[in-house]
Amino acid sequence: MESEQALRLQLTGLSKQYPAVRANDKVSLRVKPGEIHAVLGENGAGKSTLMKMIYGAVRPDEGEIRWNGQVVQVASPAAARALGISMVYQHFSLFDTLTAAENVWLGLGKEITLPEVTARIGKVAAAYGLDVEPLRPVHTLSVGERQRVEIVRALLTSPKLLILDEPTSVLTPQAVEKLFVTLRQLSADGCSILYISHKLDEIRALCHHCTVLRGGKVTGEVDPTQETNASLSRLMIGAEPPELQHKASAAGATVFAVKQLSLPKLDQFGMNLQGISFDVRAGEIVGVAGVSGNGQQELMAALSGEDVRAAPASITLFGKAIGNHSPRRRRKEGLHFVPEERLGRGAVPILSLAQNTMLTRTEAVNRWGWIDTGRVRLLAAHLIARFNVKAGGTQAAAKSLSGGNLQKFIVGREIDANPKLLIVSQPTWGVDVGAAALIRGELLKLRDAGCALLVVSEELDELFEISDRLIVIAQGRMSPSIATAQASIERIGEWMSGLWQEGQASEEGQASAVGGPAARAASSYAGAAGTGEGEQHAHA
Amino acid sequence: MLMLEARPQPSKAMSAASPLIALALTAVIAALLFLALGKDPMKGLGIFFVEPLNGLRQVSEVLLKATPLIVIALGLAVCYRSNVWNIGAEGQYLLGALAGGGVALWLTTHGIVLPKMIAVPLVLLGGVLGGMAWAAITAVLRDKFNASEILVSLMLVYVAQQLVNYLVFGAWKDPQGFNFPQTKTFDASTWLPTLLTGTRLHVGFLVALAAVALMWVFMFRMFRGFQLQVGGLAPAAARYAGYSASTSLWTAMMISGGLAGLAGAMEAAGPLRQITPHISTGLGFTAIIVCFVGRLHPLGIVFAGVLLSMMLIGGELGQSRLGLPNALTGVFQGLLLVLLLACDTLIHYRIRLRRSHLAPL
Amino acid sequence: MNEIALLIAATLASGTPLAIAGMGLLLNEKAGVLNLGAEGMMLVAAIAGFAAAFTTGSDTLAFLAGAAAGGLLAAAFGALVIWLNTNQYATGLAVSLFGYGFSAFVGVEFVGKKLAERSAFEVPLLADIPLLGPALFKQHPMVYLAIGLMFALIWFLYRSRAGLVLRAIGESPESAHALGYKVRWIRLGAVIAGGALCGVAGAFLSVVYAPLWVEGLVAGRGWIALALTTFATWRPVRVLLGAYLFGGVTMLQFALQGAGVDVSSQLLAMLPYLATIVVLALISRNPAWIRINMPASLGKSFHPGT
Repeated sequence: MESEQALRLQLTGLSKQYPAVRANDKVSLRVKPGEIHAVLGENGAGKSTLMKMIYGAVRPDEGEIRWNGQVVQVASPAAARALGISMVYQHFSLFDTLTAAENVWLGLGKEITLPEVTARIGKVAAAYGLDVEPLRPVHTLSVGERQRVEIVRALLTSPKLLILDEPTSVLTPQAVEKLFVTLRQLSADGCSILYISHKLDEIRALCHHCTVLRGGKVTGEVDPTQETNASLSRLMIGAEPPELQHKASAAGATVFAVKQLSLPKLDQFGMNLQGISFDVRAGEIVGVAGVSGNGQQELMAALSGEDVRAAPASITLFGKAIGNHSPRRRRKEGLHFVPEERLGRGAVPILSLAQNTMLTRTEAVNRWGWIDTGRVRLLAAHLIARFNVKAGGTQAAAKSLSGGNLQKFIVGREIDANPKLLIVSQPTWGVDVGAAALIRGELLKLRDAGCALLVVSEELDELFEISDRLIVIAQGRMSPSIATAQASIERIGEWMSGLWQEGQASEEGQASAVGGPAARAASSYAGAAGTGEGEQHAHA
Repeated sequence: MLMLEARPQPSKAMSAASPLIALALTAVIAALLFLALGKDPMKGLGIFFVEPLNGLRQVSEVLLKATPLIVIALGLAVCYRSNVWNIGAEGQYLLGALAGGGVALWLTTHGIVLPKMIAVPLVLLGGVLGGMAWAAITAVLRDKFNASEILVSLMLVYVAQQLVNYLVFGAWKDPQGFNFPQTKTFDASTWLPTLLTGTRLHVGFLVALAAVALMWVFMFRMFRGFQLQVGGLAPAAARYAGYSASTSLWTAMMISGGLAGLAGAMEAAGPLRQITPHISTGLGFTAIIVCFVGRLHPLGIVFAGVLLSMMLIGGELGQSRLGLPNALTGVFQGLLLVLLLACDTLIHYRIRLRRSHLAPL
Repeated sequence: MNEIALLIAATLASGTPLAIAGMGLLLNEKAGVLNLGAEGMMLVAAIAGFAAAFTTGSDTLAFLAGAAAGGLLAAAFGALVIWLNTNQYATGLAVSLFGYGFSAFVGVEFVGKKLAERSAFEVPLLADIPLLGPALFKQHPMVYLAIGLMFALIWFLYRSRAGLVLRAIGESPESAHALGYKVRWIRLGAVIAGGALCGVAGAFLSVVYAPLWVEGLVAGRGWIALALTTFATWRPVRVLLGAYLFGGVTMLQFALQGAGVDVSSQLLAMLPYLATIVVLALISRNPAWIRINMPASLGKSFHPGT
């Protein structure tokens, strides 16, 4: 056991049982000092639970945690911090109305004063190239800046182990590179890093070692630099990633057109939409890329009808002005929408699946408002069967379903309505790989049947996989569109920073097509010539 | 140590059992309270829960008092399920009594005697409209000004009480009433017909039962009812579905205002047959308790209405027969509601025993 | 002129219980808990304070009894709402209804009883200033304590780390929990402190302001105090000023009657409640403004470990 004593963190046989699921099953993990160690797994594999146990937010049912060789019980996040473990969450724990310095202060103990904190923030930020303005209220910061505040907060505790949970989901490709520079420097300074992700390219580019989780169990401990995406994928989901049949686009007439859509934000935390223009034709999928917080929410609300302030003619469906139509009216006209929040918006958590069908499907309601409950149940049963939804029957509460199954139900509910235009926001967020594949396959099927689709996603890989054309939203403005075959990750990354020129896409028409998805991905992070750091500012 | 664990699906069994558990706990505390007051606990519980059902006369009184409670609570159920917190049902009830009673009074003072088939529905309609009008104030302030319906409807209760006083001490005072603050007794043509001869129980009870059926259909078989409930459970989902929050608000307030006003008119033209300051006994607040104990469900509300009516009558009996202060009823009712809310936790959570060192934060 | 001085004095006295209760509720709401049980807490505190004053003759004990009664009821409310995650609106309402019934029950033997005569309070020297003296300096010490409370609250909320933590919890209990703060205990502390302050306000009503006990003595002031926190957009200074505003409106009815204005007393009695409605309507009109100032988690339940 020559390296046992030298291990920074060692987990042996850690397990955690929740009422419906065994989140972690005898998980073991070994992290050396200064090592960047990836924890790879799809959504629902148990990564978050494992991190919560390391960080003291949750107690393991069985197993042992060793820190620098000593057995420890991590009783709380404060205890973890005392040991030298620090965590940067995927969903930031920041307080919008307080300043960055106050936020950092809250993450530290009370022995230190606020002015001291502000000074130390400056030092750490300079040391690691993390640009942070301590006195700005957090709600004025962009998503990338907020993440930097989180990281600075973690660094101020002088951690020996830094845990990062899906840190790149909110960054442009260029910003990801910058983050990697910071992480490599931390690692060189002796801080171990646990890097949680499901992004194969990043792990292969950054990490020294990788533990793969599937269904709560460890399926492999590998050196990612020696692995391929295919081999990692096999460990992660037990098979190669499913091949999607992407037929050539046979786009027809324009179904949906947005012309100069401008909307002021509803409150100070929002984003103004400015002059957004794009169109979607029958039989094609237009993908909308963009870092979260750049106006996607506002755009979705305007397109779905939840926000009816748009000038009527700025949004047209088959040439008809619908900018001020309600969601129900838009559905009658053939526009269906899948929101990114499943529970609370796409479905009511405590209502049954049968009842939830009535949110967007009112075939069972007669003109006097009477509900035919039998027919409602039949529709739910049909959706469950057609889209392979694992649920406890049509009367099962929406919240009793797993994320993937509920998403299949909701997407299925809209697809089954035979829409002329389907708008989907974050189709596979938080969804397991099997369900994600099914959903993407269904979207492609719908497209092949002649429907027009608009897909908004923060997963560039997904957009590259299913879209025929790409547009990018940045700071409330929309880029020109570009055929997916002619787009590259770098180009899209630049556009995500708002750095496009009007009409740039048409120039690109001459450029030779880059290879398939694998080649594109391979070229993504290697030596991306930085055109600025690619930061997004989420405020006008 | 004990801890709560979320259930994947709300428990239907607990949903039905929770009010019963709360009632049992209330009875236990009541027994202790009786002991502390030096009274026989069994006698005390008997007065509250058994005596009121002793004989046809007593039962009719229970049903009589339950009628307005059920009617008001039905409307409140629609409101609370829509997340519209109408606390001012007492005010809407009073305005219904004033409006319906006002119609009866006008007929009486002008000597117009209409057939019962016309007079009574007129009075009741007046009540409904009066309650709706009072509720409309809350609705418009919430709809157009975003003002909290909790506070506005509550303030309007105090205003309504002063309005009643103002009228019975002033313009509506019976000139032959020896200067007591009360209106003339209404003409017999406006009285609600008695249901059971020899008792005070009137057709209002049948109206209440009809309302129960109508509300059940509205809540569970009508699309509008579904929309209201979605709005209450998940406002973002309601917006996604395209349900108008404004329409839902108005629907809820008009239904509950109308029903509360109906109850007010029934009380004025039923047992009271005039308007006095005593028309405000807090029925509108007791109805809130009836609503929750009845699980915001029309059928549950019938049982809860009868239960709380029994407690009200029990309180009166307790005062006259055992010398217990009448205010005790208020204590038990409040206690019942608090315990019910606590027991309701079990619908969404299970209690688990965990060994202490493994308890999560 | 003397009447104006007396009106000001009456306004200060009348506004004080609203101010104290309002600041207690402010504390609750800054932590994210909406306490609809304020009326009930003030009622039980009023009877507790009256009973204590009647049996012991001590004002101090009366206020302590009031604070204890309010705090105890608030603790029960807090346990339900914070640990059992019951609906904050329904539970607060239940607590108010219970408080009404309980105070009426306990107060049965105190109806019609009188407290011992107390000497008039005066701030030495300042009370002799013509006009200003009778207007401002002849108040019960609690009136001045209320003003002091406002300053203490400002310091606590905006200059102390504990206050920062409280505000952070009110904005996002999930984030605070992730940082390791004991969110539920801190919230409970805020609820109990707020309840104790409501209790002090209730005791003031029955022991100093009225001073007597009847069923329902508080007459809706708990609800007005709730409106006050919204009206004040959750700032302590505005709570105090708003309280005096309402106190003034309440006193207006007596001033008008005294001036011989021929309006029925019942209509005048409606004034404070109508004023509350008007003020609520005006202040709530701009939802964006409310959203900026309102603690983001207000009224929502918090589940750690979800």
